Amino acid sequence: MGHEHEYQKLEGKIFTKAFFVLLFIVAVGFFFVGVRFVKGIGAVSNMSDGYPWGIWITYDVATGTAIACGGYAVAILVYIRNRMQYHPLIRSAILTSMFGYGLAGFSVMVDLGRPWNSYNFFIPSKWQANSAMFEVALCVMTYSTVLIIEFLPAILTAIENTRGDRLRAVRDWLHPKIAPNADALLNKLELAKAGAAWLKPRLNKVLIFFIVLGITLPTMHQSSLGSLLLIASTKLHPLWHTGFLPLLFLINCVFIGYAIAILESIISCYAFDRPFEIDELSGLAALIPWVTVIWLSVVIGDLTYRGQLLAAISLDFYSGFFLLEFFLVGIGSAILFSRKNRRSPRWLFVSAAMIVLGGALYRFNVYLIGFNPGKGWRYFPSFAEVMITVGIVALEILAYKIFVKLFPVLPRIGLHSQANSEA
Amino acid sequence: MQKKSRRDFLKLLSMGGAGLLACTAESGASTGPAVNNEAIGMLYDATRCVGCKACMAACKRVNGDYGSLSYEKAKFDNDGLWDAPSDLSGSTRTLIKLFKESDSRWSYIKYSCMHCQKPSCVSVCPVSAMTKDKITGVVDYNKDTCIGCRYCQVACAFNIPKFQWDKSIPQIVKCDLCVKTNLREKGITACAEVCPVGAIKFGKRRELLSEARTRLQENPGKYLAHIYGEHEAGGTNHLYLAAMPFNKLGLPELKPEAPAEFSEKIQHTIYKGFIAPVALYSALCFVAVKNMKNHDASADQEAQQHDREER
Repeated sequence: MGHEHEYQKLEGKIFTKAFFVLLFIVAVGFFFVGVRFVKGIGAVSNMSDGYPWGIWITYDVATGTAIACGGYAVAILVYIRNRMQYHPLIRSAILTSMFGYGLAGFSVMVDLGRPWNSYNFFIPSKWQANSAMFEVALCVMTYSTVLIIEFLPAILTAIENTRGDRLRAVRDWLHPKIAPNADALLNKLELAKAGAAWLKPRLNKVLIFFIVLGITLPTMHQSSLGSLLLIASTKLHPLWHTGFLPLLFLINCVFIGYAIAILESIISCYAFDRPFEIDELSGLAALIPWVTVIWLSVVIGDLTYRGQLLAAISLDFYSGFFLLEFFLVGIGSAILFSRKNRRSPRWLFVSAAMIVLGGALYRFNVYLIGFNPGKGWRYFPSFAEVMITVGIVALEILAYKIFVKLFPVLPRIGLHSQANSEA
Repeated sequence: MQKKSRRDFLKLLSMGGAGLLACTAESGASTGPAVNNEAIGMLYDATRCVGCKACMAACKRVNGDYGSLSYEKAKFDNDGLWDAPSDLSGSTRTLIKLFKESDSRWSYIKYSCMHCQKPSCVSVCPVSAMTKDKITGVVDYNKDTCIGCRYCQVACAFNIPKFQWDKSIPQIVKCDLCVKTNLREKGITACAEVCPVGAIKFGKRRELLSEARTRLQENPGKYLAHIYGEHEAGGTNHLYLAAMPFNKLGLPELKPEAPAEFSEKIQHTIYKGFIAPVALYSALCFVAVKNMKNHDASADQEAQQHDREER
C-alpha cells in the first residue's frame, strides 16, 4: 500500500481560467442555496407533496453516489480480485468518490426540511432499523469518513515532502499586519512534517481494514438505495418496481463505477494533457460487459417472471425510457466485447459514456420518471433547483482540479510501460 | 495465482448473488400481522355527509396552533373571509371534497390520515419521528425529531403526509386523531364531535366495523357493499362507507398486504440482523489480507532477484 512511486502531483497553476468559470457557477448555486434556507424549499424548487423527492435526491444522492462508485469498483478489483496492476488508478478514483459522497451529503442537507434534527441519527433510541433510509444515511456517513481515511496517505505524503513554497507565497500575499511570523510558521511546518512522517507508516499498516470497510459499506448502501423505493409499490411503475431493486442497484453501481473510472481517466488525461493509460483502461473495460450482462439478465428474467415483458416493449412513455436505459447499457457494453475497441480511447470513451448514461437513467427511472403518485401531480425541476445541483457538481470538479495539483493523486506518467517491462 | 483469485472472486460474487436471490424469492410467502381491533379510529359515511365542512373548520380551530396550520385564502377572496384549501396541504389536515359524476350521481368524501394498522410512514421514518401507538393505534408525528426527509410522503399509498414547502422552518402535517388536543380534552376527535349529521363516527375499530356491517345490511341498496379500509393496505383505522366506487372518490385500490410488509421483509432478509454485513466484512478482509501478503511476498522476491542479478 505504500506505493508512493505510483502517483505524482500535477504541476501547474491553480488559478486558471477554468477555475474562475467553475467558481462563478458554484457562486450561483450557493446563492440559490441561500434562498432555499431563507424562504423555504418551495421558493427554489418545483417539488410538491406528490413528488417530494426531486433531482436533488435523484441526481445528487441516488445517481451521484453511483457515479462516485469508481473508488468502490476499483478497490474490489485491486484488493479482492488481486489485480495490483490497477493500483495506480485507485487514488484518483477514491478522490472522486470522496467528493461525490461528500457533496451528496451536502445536497441532502440542502434537501432536508429540518436538517438541524439530523443528530437523531446518532441517538440509539431514535434508530429505526426498518427504514432503508436509516441504513443509507448511517452507511453513507461512515463511508465518507472511510474515504477520507483512504485518501489520507496522499495528504500525508504531500505534507511530508512539502518545501512550504505555497505556504510562504500565501504568507507573503497577506498583509504584513496579519501575516504570521515566518520562523514560527516554519517551525510549525516542520512539526506537521514530522507528524505526517510518524503517522504514515502506522496508517499504512491498518489501512487495508479501512479499504475493506470501504468495499463493504457501498455494497450495503448501494443496494439500500434500491430498497428505498420498495415500499412505493403503488407509485413506482411495475417495469421498475420489483423485489430485485436492491440487487439491481448494487450491480448497477459496479458497472457505473468501472465506466466512470475509464471516463474520468480519459477526460483528465485529455484535460491535463497526459498520455492515456490505455493498458489499465482496456483491462477495466474488459470487465464491464460481464457485469452488465448479469444486470441485463436479471432485468429481463425479472420482467419475464412478473409478466411485464409486453409492457416493456409497448413503446408508451414508460417503455420508451425503459428501452432507452436498457439499450444504452446494452449497446455500450457490446462495443466493449471487441478487443480492438477496448484499446481505442475514442471507443472507450463512447461506450463508457453510454454505460454511465444508461446506468444513471435507470436510477432516474426508478426515482422520478417511473414514479407516479397519482392523478394531477407533475414534476419538472425548476431553474434554481437545477442550478443548485449544477453548482454542487461544479464544486466537485473545482475541488478535484485543486486536489490533483496539491497532492500526489494521478498515476505517474510512464509507470505502466515500466511495469510491463518488469513483468 | 491470478486465475485462482478470479475463481475465488466469482465464487464469492455468485454466492452473494444467490443469497440475495433466495432472500427476495422467500419474501413472497407472507403471514400478515394480527389486526388490532381495539385501536381507535373513525367511520366516515359518505352517504350521510352534507358537505358543510364543519369538520374542516373544527380541525383547524382545534389543531391550528399545535399543528402549525394556517388559513388558506381563495384567489377571489382578498379579505381572507374564508378558509379555502383546495387539497390536503401543509396547512390542512382534513378536507371535504365533492365528486360529481352527473346531477343525480355525486358524493362527498373526506380526506385525512387513514391510521394504517401497518403504516408505511412509520416503517420508513429513519429517526422514529412517525410513531404508532401500540394501544390506541394512533399514527403520530413528532416535529422535534423529524429531519424533513419526506420519505413518509414517498411511502404513503394514500398521499396523506404533507410538507410545508413555503416555510423556512417546515414540518410534516397530517391528522393525529387530535391526540394532543381534542382527544385529550374531550375524548373525541374534533371533526367527529362537530359533525351535525353523524357522518363521522368515532370509536374503537371493532365497534366501527360492526356498525358499518349493520348499515350495509340494513340498507343494501344505499351503499356499495364494501367497507374501505377493512383490508386495504393491511387494514386502516379510518374506515369508509360510500355509494360510489372508492377509486372514483380518490381512494386508491390497494392490495390487502401492507406495502411495509413487503419492503421490511426484503430489507431484513438481506441484513439478517446485521450478521450479513459483518460476515461480508470478515470474508472480504480475509481475501484482501491474503492478497496483500502474497503481493508483498512476491514483491520481496522480485526485489531479492533484482539484487542478485545486480550482483
